Amino acid sequence: MQLSFQEEKPLYLQIAQGLEDGIVSGAFSEETQIPSTTEISVTYRINPATALKGINLLVSQGVLYKKRGLGMFVAKGARQTLLQKRRESFYQSYVKTLIQEAKQLQLSREEIVALLERGLNE
Amino acid sequence: MSRMDIRGVSMRYGKNNALQDVTFSLEGNQIYGLFGPNGAGKTTLLRIMSNQLFPETGQVLLDGESVVENDRALRRIFFVGARNLYPDGRSVGKQFAQIKMFYPTFDLEEAGRLSDAFGLDTKARLGSLSTGYQSIFRIVAALCSNTPVVLYDEPVLGLDVNHRERFYGELLAHYVKRPQTILLSTHLIEEAAGLLENVILLCKGKLVLCKKAQDLMERGYTVTGPQGLVSRYAQGKQIIGSEQLGGMKAVHFLEESPESQLPPGLERSRLTLQSICLYLTKEERGEKE
Repeated sequence: MQLSFQEEKPLYLQIAQGLEDGIVSGAFSEETQIPSTTEISVTYRINPATALKGINLLVSQGVLYKKRGLGMFVAKGARQTLLQKRRESFYQSYVKTLIQEAKQLQLSREEIVALLERGLNE
Repeated sequence: MSRMDIRGVSMRYGKNNALQDVTFSLEGNQIYGLFGPNGAGKTTLLRIMSNQLFPETGQVLLDGESVVENDRALRRIFFVGARNLYPDGRSVGKQFAQIKMFYPTFDLEEAGRLSDAFGLDTKARLGSLSTGYQSIFRIVAALCSNTPVVLYDEPVLGLDVNHRERFYGELLAHYVKRPQTILLSTHLIEEAAGLLENVILLCKGKLVLCKKAQDLMERGYTVTGPQGLVSRYAQGKQIIGSEQLGGMKAVHFLEESPESQLPPGLERSRLTLQSICLYLTKEERGEKE
C-alpha cells in the first residue's frame, strides 16, 4: 500500500522523501554531507532540476543547509524535526486511511481495536 | 546557452502534410522530450531544425539567426539521425576524427573513453556494426559533440536495457558537467520521463503541446468508481479519455489543480507521462475505441 502511494508522488517529492528517510534512519547523520545534485541526478536518471527541487524543499524546511563551495549538509536537529513532522502526519496518512478502509469492510470498532492490538503484539 | 525558435514551420510530401504551422521554442540548456505516434513528423522536424531539409514555410532560428545555409549556426547544432549517413567502409575512429573537423568542440579523447565504456570497437568499419552498435556509435558522437544544441532522433533504437540505462546516465553526467540544449525524440516515453524538463508532443504534423513535464504529470490523473458518481464528478473538467467495464467507469483528466478531497466511493490514481501522451493523441489519430 505504502509503496504504491509513494509512486503517486511527483519525482522531486520522492527525492525529498528518500533523503528524509536517510536522515531518519541515520544513513545521513547530522552535520554530514548528502550526495550532490549531480550524483542524485545520474544515479536515479532524473533531470538535475528535479533533484535540486527536492533538495531545496528540505533546505526551505531547515533540514538541509548549504555550505558555500562544499555542498549540502544535514542540519543540526534535523532528525528530531523530521521525527516530529512524521508523527504529526502519521494520523493523516495512516490512521485516517486505515479507518476509511475498515469502514468500507464494515469492521466494527471492537474489531478494528482488536486488529490494532494484534498488530502491536506481533 | 543557446535557444532555438521554430516559427510557423510547414512541410508537405506530395499531398501529405508532414508538418503544419508548427511553432515552439527551446529554451537554453534544458532537456526536451519530443514524442508522438509514428508519422507525427518528428524526424521531419528534426531534419528541418538541422538544415537537412528546407521547410515550405516558416523558419528555424538559433539564437535569433536562421539556420538555413548558415555554417556558423550549424556547427553549434549536432543532429543524431536514426540512420547512418557516413560511408560504410570508414572506421569508427576515423569517423570521429572527421566529425571533429566540422565540429571543433568535439572531444576525441572522451569519444575513446565512451567507446570503451559501451564496448564499441573504434577500429570496426561503420558498415559492419550491428543495429545496436550503429546506435551506440551515433550516441557516443553526440555525447562528445559539446555543441550548444543536440538533437537526438531515436537514439536508443535497437539498444538493450543495459545500454539504454548507460546512455541515460552518460547523457545526464555530460549535461550536468556541460549544460546543453537537448531535444530527445523517442517512443520509450516512460524511460525518458525522468530526464526531461519539458515535453513536446506532435501528432499528424501538428503541435499538440509544449509544456513542463512536471506540470503535465501533476495534472494528469484517473478517477475510478461507479459510473454515475464518476460522470457527476467529471462535469466541467477537462477529460482526455475514459474506459468502462460494466458499471465501473474510469475517466482520465488533465486538470490545472485537482481538488485534494474526492467524493466517497471514488478513487484517484496518477497518470504516467506515456498515458497522458497516448490519450492526448488518440483523437488526432482518429482511432476508434
